[in-house]
Amino acid sequence: MKKKVRFSAVYQAILLALMYMPICVVVAYSFNGSRNSTAWTGWSLDWYRKLMKNRPLLEALKNSVVLATLSSVAAGVIGTLGAAGMAKVRWRSKSAVEYVSSIPIMVPEIILGMVFMAFFAMLDLPFGMVTLVLGHTAFCVPYVYMMVKSSLVGIDKSLGEAAKDLGATEGRAFFDITLPLILPAVISGMLLAFAMSLDDVVISIFVTGARTNTLPIHIYTQLKSGVTPEINALCTLMLAVTFLLVGASRALRGIGRS
Amino acid sequence: MGQNTRGKERAGWHKEGGTGVMQILQAAFPAGRPPGKRRDRWWMAVMPFYLFTVFFVALPMVYLLVLSFLTRARAWGVVNEFTLDNYLRIAKPVYLNTFKESFQMAVLTTIGTLLAGYPFGYFMARLPKRAKSLMMLLVVIPFWTSALMRMYGWIIIFRSNGLLDKLLMGVGLTDSPLKLLYSYPAVLVGMVYSLLPFMILSVYSSTDKMDWGLVEAARDLGATKWEAFFTITMKLTLPGILSGIVLVFIPSMGLFFIADILGGGKVMLVGNLIQNQLQSGRDWPFAAALSVVLMMFTSVMIWIYRKVAGVKDLEGLL
Repeated sequence: MKKKVRFSAVYQAILLALMYMPICVVVAYSFNGSRNSTAWTGWSLDWYRKLMKNRPLLEALKNSVVLATLSSVAAGVIGTLGAAGMAKVRWRSKSAVEYVSSIPIMVPEIILGMVFMAFFAMLDLPFGMVTLVLGHTAFCVPYVYMMVKSSLVGIDKSLGEAAKDLGATEGRAFFDITLPLILPAVISGMLLAFAMSLDDVVISIFVTGARTNTLPIHIYTQLKSGVTPEINALCTLMLAVTFLLVGASRALRGIGRS
Repeated sequence: MGQNTRGKERAGWHKEGGTGVMQILQAAFPAGRPPGKRRDRWWMAVMPFYLFTVFFVALPMVYLLVLSFLTRARAWGVVNEFTLDNYLRIAKPVYLNTFKESFQMAVLTTIGTLLAGYPFGYFMARLPKRAKSLMMLLVVIPFWTSALMRMYGWIIIFRSNGLLDKLLMGVGLTDSPLKLLYSYPAVLVGMVYSLLPFMILSVYSSTDKMDWGLVEAARDLGATKWEAFFTITMKLTLPGILSGIVLVFIPSMGLFFIADILGGGKVMLVGNLIQNQLQSGRDWPFAAALSVVLMMFTSVMIWIYRKVAGVKDLEGLL
């Protein structure tokens, strides 16, 4: 019996090591002093310094942050109000709309990208930030919606009833009672949406304009052509940001549950 | 309760409202409607969600279907003429072959994730409670890092004279670079690697819910450890295996950038074909037809999964 336990531990350790290997390689190489990224010549922060001077890259970073902020906020409002309202209304179209709204995270990303590209072209929308925000909001809404929906199940309905008995309108009861209770889920859903938007390549490639570059698109084009080790530094920084966001999202979910 | 007191209390509610964003939001829902006339306003909350879903999810999807029956314009864009050509073109050997290759890659990826992920998910479910949640976090973290970054890590490892070559040549297993980057195996490793967490979490969630009493009963009745595993455990964790297969198989048909980055254009999957048609070929109707076929394919997979597993939600999805 003891032997079996040991095998499972070894197996898990090996697989985890493999899972973290590419990430560790990128992080390690971001501190590499060598110009040639295949050789290791000791620690340095050169790439981070070069990164700070790279204009197109910083521009792309700015675009990505703006995009992620706008789409996660839009998704936060639409998803939260939607989930709260859907719990109350009794419309026949309800389950159909709910299903359709989850399509963006069910179909392969490339199809979603192509769908938006063709649709926005038909509407004659100017490709750029507007189309990016619309496309990203579409796949961010389901995350917020699902998180808020599951947190609504857990809250005590009698609190809202009590507020209404005391004279609050539906809207007042929602903003004063329900919203504070589901707020951790709302924020955690929005953080998740933010992280997804910040990382998205596939949909962005299709719906962006010629002049608007997001960070993942920039990295993608660099990876396809010549790679500069600045990308390592950038990826490491993005990794740190993602960790912070996901950590915050998880912590909030923990608060929401307890 | 009299009208007066109700009114007062409502005023109280109004004052106690939040600040900042909350107040702006509250302005959208004015308090102090006369009692009795209070109407259900939830439709207002649902409206943005409904409108957004209809206009930016449902309509685009319908448009995709329509587009797939239109004719390609000579230079750029589409002409509104009905045609079935786009679908007939898919039947051409070149394109059928791409579907076949994608299918093959997806099957290999699924087998790879199953072989690597099943034991992991299984062992994970048998860990003590605290170790379990730590392990869960460890599995999910790579999943949350940028997919591009992980692919870049593999480039550094795989490229000629890269880390793997140096390691293998250092040990003496090979004496020249393997040229693994831009090859079929590299793409396969990238795919399995990217989709592994889905399989692990699916298997884990069904193993975690399993009734171990049944396994013990089988053992008590004389089954060997392996017999008990194949007759009881495998069957009980089947829903997890199936949902893992669906969660791995569907994205692996569409992931074009892994084949692009690690395959260097040598591996052509349906996703790459769609992307090529859209960006260099400029043949949107054909790309739309390819997408429709791909979507039908994945819907059939989900439908079969639901029939076989008899569940509505994919396990371990969230």
